[in-house]
Amino acid sequence: MNDLIEIRWHGRGGQGAKTASLLLADAAFNTGNYIQGFPEYGPERMGAPITAYNRISKKPITIHTNIYEPDYVVVVDDTLLESVDVTAGLKTTGAIVINTTKSADYLKTVLKGYSGNIYTIDARKVSMETLGKYFPNTPMLAAIVKVANIMSDEELLNDMKGSFKHKFAKKPEVIEGNMKALELALKEVKKV
Amino acid sequence: MSIRERLSGNEAVATAMKQINPDVVAAFPITPSTEIPQYFSTFVANGSVDTEFVAVESEHSAMSACIGAEAAGARAMTATSANGLSLMWEMIYIASSLRLPIVLSLVNRAVSGPLNIHCDHSDAMGVRDSGWIMLFSENNQEAYDNLLMANRIAEHKDVLLPIMVCQDGFITSHSIENIELEEDEKVKEFVGTYKPNHYLLNKEEPIAIGPLDLQSYLFEHKAAQAQAMRNAKNVILEVSKDFEKMAGRKYGLFEEYKLEDAEIAIVCMNSTAGTTKFVVDKLRENGIKAGLLKIRVFRPFPTIEIANALSKLKAVAILDRADPLNNAGGALFEDITSAMYTQNIHVPMVNYIYGIGGRDTKSTDIESVYSDLQKIVETGNIDNPYRYLGLRKEEN
Repeated sequence: MNDLIEIRWHGRGGQGAKTASLLLADAAFNTGNYIQGFPEYGPERMGAPITAYNRISKKPITIHTNIYEPDYVVVVDDTLLESVDVTAGLKTTGAIVINTTKSADYLKTVLKGYSGNIYTIDARKVSMETLGKYFPNTPMLAAIVKVANIMSDEELLNDMKGSFKHKFAKKPEVIEGNMKALELALKEVKKV
Repeated sequence: MSIRERLSGNEAVATAMKQINPDVVAAFPITPSTEIPQYFSTFVANGSVDTEFVAVESEHSAMSACIGAEAAGARAMTATSANGLSLMWEMIYIASSLRLPIVLSLVNRAVSGPLNIHCDHSDAMGVRDSGWIMLFSENNQEAYDNLLMANRIAEHKDVLLPIMVCQDGFITSHSIENIELEEDEKVKEFVGTYKPNHYLLNKEEPIAIGPLDLQSYLFEHKAAQAQAMRNAKNVILEVSKDFEKMAGRKYGLFEEYKLEDAEIAIVCMNSTAGTTKFVVDKLRENGIKAGLLKIRVFRPFPTIEIANALSKLKAVAILDRADPLNNAGGALFEDITSAMYTQNIHVPMVNYIYGIGGRDTKSTDIESVYSDLQKIVETGNIDNPYRYLGLRKEEN
């Protein structure tokens, strides 16, 4: 992992991109890092495009701005690809991780020739198989941890077990499904 | 041992309030400070505090309830933002003139209109001369630490003034970041018990609070308020010293970041100071002698100390996050230039209005300010001292 990793999330209101960014901040915090996790608040409604951010660093973080040149971008909803400039400022040394089943050719066209690495995962499939419902944020969390090499698979799974216990204290029946979603997503994320 | 945690700015404030465990909290929700009374009300419901939580119907009532509680002899706290503070305005002056050490957490947001929920300092600047002590906080840690110190400062016998602790709406209030928390017992001991000398519910000493005060004495009472504000400066330093003994984190009236050998500097408050530190580090790597003076104590304003701290610089930019709309520069700019003038220190200074209504202040914006300052040093020419930073250019 680099000294400072900057991540930008693109999703739609209600899909949990904000929650995913906060869970990522949690997991990175628990593995000894300095972290920031913050959404860009606007007039959000269910379905409207939203942006959230993470900074993960070995050193204290003082900067308090949005992220304009991220190392990584996570796209939680591929219908945003044609309406939002998701690769804006994205470093070519970094990568973009997209929840999609679309073809490599389509992605290369719609990402306007972005020359960094492109990763995809079918978070819908992972979520339906493990949770029986469509919650893309847990698979996307695992995918970005894997792609950005923020921590080992084992560290992520151990840490998230604790976080889910806390987060889902009132509905413990979903903990196992979410853990399975993480495990499966770690295997399913693929480089295009 | 401090406890390593990660909290948003609002969570940090709510945690401090839980540890302070005041007698009364009266609040009305308003973005972006809503979470503070929201979290606090769960502490009340869970029994982790024994505070009387008053869910009032407006901010005017929130401040009124705090005034009533403090006058009765209790320790009272509240939180608000922007128009919430505007609605309190009448009672803000009553609180300070009655010398009631109420503690308010202000999560800075643009005052309407048009309606905007994001950060600027127009709310705080609207009450800057209302007799409240005002502390500003760069991040969640400082919002927490300043709040832990707030009661001791406000309740000190030489002060007895209300205090507000500010932090930037959303930018820090809603950002999860690392923080060092102090243990409950240590905080309890540090904050201490509130023992007012005079209070309404003392049957041994029947008193009236806030009666008519006409030509004969209002002037003297105002002068006493002003003296209390002057006294607050040393009390803040004393309390900060004690705090450092407990927590190991050092606070002064302001923070000087790489200022000692700096040739050019920015003065600003709250979260932008953090971004400025990031830029200063970057410029220093390239041999540019850049520095920062971050205001912590805005009221009482440390006039002489700031003037001295800036005296050796070749050019200074003062950043104001509230447009004064007055053709005379932002509040911070006015205060600092006035301080310099009265100390007979002349340093070229420019004012930038920035970040209005939550406009993101990028590191490149801050870089551009330092580069402007370099130009001023080179040419000796200020041109226009009243500038904007990050304002949209006119498009043809």
